[in-house]
Amino acid sequence: MSLWNHYYTPSSIDDALALLAQYEGRARVIAGGTDLLLDIRQGHTAPPEALIDVTRIQGFSDIRQEGDTLHLGAGVTHTQIVHSDPITARATCLVESCGVVGGPQVRNVGTLGGNVAHALPAGDGTTSLVALDADAEIVQQGERRWVPIREMYLGPGVSLLDSTRDLLLGFRFALAGKGEASAFKRIMRPQGVALPILGCAVWMKVDDAGERIEDVRICIGPVDRVPTRADAVEAALRGTLIAPDSFEHAVVVARESLHPRTSKFRATAEYRVEMVETLLRRVLPLAAQRARTGEAVPEGVGLE
Amino acid sequence: MSRLKLTVNDKPYDLDVPESRTLAQLLRLDLGLTGTKIGCEEAECGICTVLVDGVPVDSCMYPAFKAQGAEILTIEGLKQNGDLHPLQKAFIDHGAVQCGFCTPGLIMTSYALLKDKSDPSDHDIKVALKDTLCRCTGYVSVINAIHSAASDLRGEGAHPWKRVNTVEPLNAVGQPVPAQEVVAKVTGAAMFADDYAFEGMLYARTLRAGYPHARILSIDTSKAKALPGVRAVLTHEDVPGENIHGLVYSDWPVLAADKVRYMGDPVAIVAADTADIAAEALALIEVEYEPLPVVADPEYANTPEAPRVHEEWEGGNLLKHIKVRHGDVEQGFAEADVIIENEYRTPTIEHAFMEPECAIGVPAGYDDEHKKLTIYVGSQIPYDDRRQASRALNLPEDQIRVRGTLIGGGFGGKEDIAGQIHVGMLTMATGRPVKMLYTRQESLLFHPKRHATIIRIKTGAKRDGTLVAVQAELYGDGGAYASLSDKVMTRATTHATGPYVLPNARIDCYVMYTNNPPSGAFRGFGVTQSAFAVEQNIDLVAEAIGMDPLEFRRKNAQKVGVTTATGQLLRESVGLLETIDHINQDMRGGNAEGFQWGWREGNKAYGWGVASAYKNTGLGGGANDAAAAEVEIFEDSIAEVRTSSADMGQGLSIVLAQVAAEELGMPVERVRVLLSDTDLTPDGGPTTASRQTYVSGNAARHAAATMRDALRSVAAERLSVPPSELRFEDGCIRYNGSGVEIGQVAQWMREQGQDAKVRFQYVAPKTQPLGTGGDMHFAFSYATQAALVEVDLETGAVKVIKVIAANDVGRAINPRMLEGQVEGGITMGMGNCLTEEFIVEDGVPWSTLLARYKMPSIKHTPEIVSRMVEHPTADGPFGAKGVGEIVSINTMPAIANGIYHATGVRIFSVPVDQDALLRAIKAGQTEVHTTWHDVK
Repeated sequence: MSLWNHYYTPSSIDDALALLAQYEGRARVIAGGTDLLLDIRQGHTAPPEALIDVTRIQGFSDIRQEGDTLHLGAGVTHTQIVHSDPITARATCLVESCGVVGGPQVRNVGTLGGNVAHALPAGDGTTSLVALDADAEIVQQGERRWVPIREMYLGPGVSLLDSTRDLLLGFRFALAGKGEASAFKRIMRPQGVALPILGCAVWMKVDDAGERIEDVRICIGPVDRVPTRADAVEAALRGTLIAPDSFEHAVVVARESLHPRTSKFRATAEYRVEMVETLLRRVLPLAAQRARTGEAVPEGVGLE
Repeated sequence: MSRLKLTVNDKPYDLDVPESRTLAQLLRLDLGLTGTKIGCEEAECGICTVLVDGVPVDSCMYPAFKAQGAEILTIEGLKQNGDLHPLQKAFIDHGAVQCGFCTPGLIMTSYALLKDKSDPSDHDIKVALKDTLCRCTGYVSVINAIHSAASDLRGEGAHPWKRVNTVEPLNAVGQPVPAQEVVAKVTGAAMFADDYAFEGMLYARTLRAGYPHARILSIDTSKAKALPGVRAVLTHEDVPGENIHGLVYSDWPVLAADKVRYMGDPVAIVAADTADIAAEALALIEVEYEPLPVVADPEYANTPEAPRVHEEWEGGNLLKHIKVRHGDVEQGFAEADVIIENEYRTPTIEHAFMEPECAIGVPAGYDDEHKKLTIYVGSQIPYDDRRQASRALNLPEDQIRVRGTLIGGGFGGKEDIAGQIHVGMLTMATGRPVKMLYTRQESLLFHPKRHATIIRIKTGAKRDGTLVAVQAELYGDGGAYASLSDKVMTRATTHATGPYVLPNARIDCYVMYTNNPPSGAFRGFGVTQSAFAVEQNIDLVAEAIGMDPLEFRRKNAQKVGVTTATGQLLRESVGLLETIDHINQDMRGGNAEGFQWGWREGNKAYGWGVASAYKNTGLGGGANDAAAAEVEIFEDSIAEVRTSSADMGQGLSIVLAQVAAEELGMPVERVRVLLSDTDLTPDGGPTTASRQTYVSGNAARHAAATMRDALRSVAAERLSVPPSELRFEDGCIRYNGSGVEIGQVAQWMREQGQDAKVRFQYVAPKTQPLGTGGDMHFAFSYATQAALVEVDLETGAVKVIKVIAANDVGRAINPRMLEGQVEGGITMGMGNCLTEEFIVEDGVPWSTLLARYKMPSIKHTPEIVSRMVEHPTADGPFGAKGVGEIVSINTMPAIANGIYHATGVRIFSVPVDQDALLRAIKAGQTEVHTTWHDVK
């Protein structure tokens, strides 16, 4: 009863797709494997006949900047992201979220692509990708296309992709320009599974004077079965002054509009409501300050 | 099959191995590099860490073929030109090695860190080692070792170990000498059970119940037997002798016959050519069950309507009702001005020793070394393993040899039978060596744990601060089998007065059979649980009468001349007051006036909490508490101490070496210790109850002293020097400016037809059973701790900033190992209070993965200040008494009391739930009775 029987490291997308096709559903895509192998060991996923390791596909482990757009290969590890200068400076929330996943050993192997393909509604990297309004590039049923990150999620643990057939190729998102910045924080409990009780990523654009919030994107999760934007809170913040009153108003709107649920052995709904407020009070001013000053030093990386 | 090319420790390999290998399997099975240990196979514990192209990864979750073309570095590759790497040296010098099972992972992770950062901060170290767990050390020594190695590597020299204050050391006793196996442990050479392999060895797996309570209607093994590669499939029908085992009560079938009583009950065992085939065979065994109603709660278990877990047990589900009666509690409470009554709950706790259980059977006549059936196992009680195996295997005890391997942590969790009998059966059935390695998940499911308890306790005191009465009712969840429940919960009961003078006590404890995992021995042995209740009630009483918590404890503290609630007159070695004084000094400069127990800064609340405790040394209660040891002197002037007592990382072997070296006047390096081999080492009894330093220590000491006397008289005669003029120094006998090595004297003894070997059986002072008065125990250790906690008022998260611990240990035999016990004990106590709980729902464990059982990691490490109090006990070796448990017991109540002072919220149930705590703070409530298992 091996966990898998064959292991392939194709070097091109075509080879990977061909292998998947050849195994007709009995092969699965693996990147870092830190989630997948655990799932197989625990019987959540049937042992596949073959694992198709995508991390050696040309370009899959690359972080590439094209103008103000950043491209991430699906095989980029959490550690690579944490160490990336452009991401640190201009997509800080992603460093902050990828920097708290697991420990160094897991971050050195585990990939953001795998994290997204695993489709946890509150995956830390996901929360930030949503706030960054990222797109994912996929090959689904043979068709290669870009999809907004949120479309990757059909339900808890259910991805748009069938990992016995489809491929996630990578991500792209706009790096923060002048007056723009992002931040991420999460709340953990010291017992039980290492999933966030709640995570919150904020991307913000402030006006030239540094006084008003021109635009904002907020992802708080888990509050739903799939990652969602806090639309009402965003709307309440757009155009407002960067001031404690605005943030407190956002907290009030969040209380009315977001309805996180109780998860067994993780958090009560009541506590999560409190944590929505705590996180907004922590992340909104941080994002605003970064957007105003153009300086961003990631917080909590490696150790919250 | 494609080939795997990679480089390991600079050596290139081109391998033809299965593509299904993980990197850890490749290293261990194909390359024989067993220094890389497997702790969980979940990427949780980090102890399998190796470097792949310079980057640390969890090799247990890393497909070997992912490393195609890569350069791998393992613990075996760190030594350069035969010299230890500075990290390896520093781990030894700073006492960062105990059981040694996690050591390779800690060192490899640290190595990766120092490659990137030549002068790491504490923060950097915590980031790097966050997911590399150690259950023994408590991480303080690990952090110190890494700083030291970094300094060494920078060319600035290693840091010296910071010595804890103790009384003046002797030649060997009191010296911080490194433990015996420590070099092997830092180089990966140390052999734990799973590191052994024998030609022709089969791999075994166990089929477990799958129901918490069910009748077995039928078992069909035919399909499993037919699977190619399967060599034996055995069930209860194949048990050669009596199908039963158990340490105190024989109530646990080797393989379930008529019914299963918990999810981990073994039903069938398989031996096959590979572990994969054995696992496959398990799935082919067909067992028909009739599920029975589940007894999931100890209080329900004690009701008439509850189904019976053991139909034949005359007490129903009541395993034992334990009583302490002392004075007249009604009268006591009538005198009380203040009475505080509360209910406290503690959960089931998992040992989570880093090494999962493993046993290997080698058949009789396998080779010259294995003339009889030999069982290799890392066990806390080898002779009891042999006794129980003999009964079940229907072999005389002298036809079985139990050989102890190194033990990767025990903490009480390696006392019961795990695979010992099963590998014996499979070995006898197949005639081949058989290895039974439990997966981490199986270990979680199977082995006995710390008792969950419900403790209702009522404490009364007079206005002047005098305690007058305590009444308590305890329920202990014993789980499906008795294991050591009787003894553990007896300790919880007798210690439920706390270490105080209490003229009136009435304590009742009900130990219940349920369909939960069995509960057994676990460091603290029931006292951990009762101290949580006692010490919080003590604080509440102090508050109610307006007295300082430390002063209140001081006023009521046990001291020499006091009679305990079990009727024991304390005659010596009661260092509680000194431990309180140390805490008073270190926490607040000895000044109670104006001391702030709690305060707020911004969104954080801070609070100090204190707690005292005591813990017996030794079995007590009338048990014959004996240990035997042998000392032999060889011609090369090496002394060997032999006893069957377990060193599971606490450092027993070095303690025995030191004690013997002291008596023999030898350098401790010239004393080696052989432990846990039922053919070569006499019975040291169970390694439990903080007893081995005292009992086996005494046996080794007396054996060495007797040996010395024999050497003296032989030397006196040969040299014609009066015995009184002979001095034992540096492994020599010196006289009149001349000297002779003791190896030479041993040779003379042999020439005279005498053995240069002494066996001594030490019998500890007699004790009395509970309820008969007199001495229930021959010694107690005492401790007081203070914990400074921080509560985040926006999240409820609790952090321990600092712990001050003062322990009365009688005598510090090895201060470095002792420090390790203190720091590790505190960390374990923090786990009990803040992170750990083994959740079982209606008999079915939810905590099936290490990923669902969080224990403290390096990131939780507080500042620890440790003070030693050495109130010698007359009969202990050089005054020493037990330390293994006392160091851990009061951390939990100290933290809980600290949380109260910080927030005004009293924690009645652990682990502390930040969710409930925050809601209580926001709602202005002052009590939390729920914990995270109530979040549903």
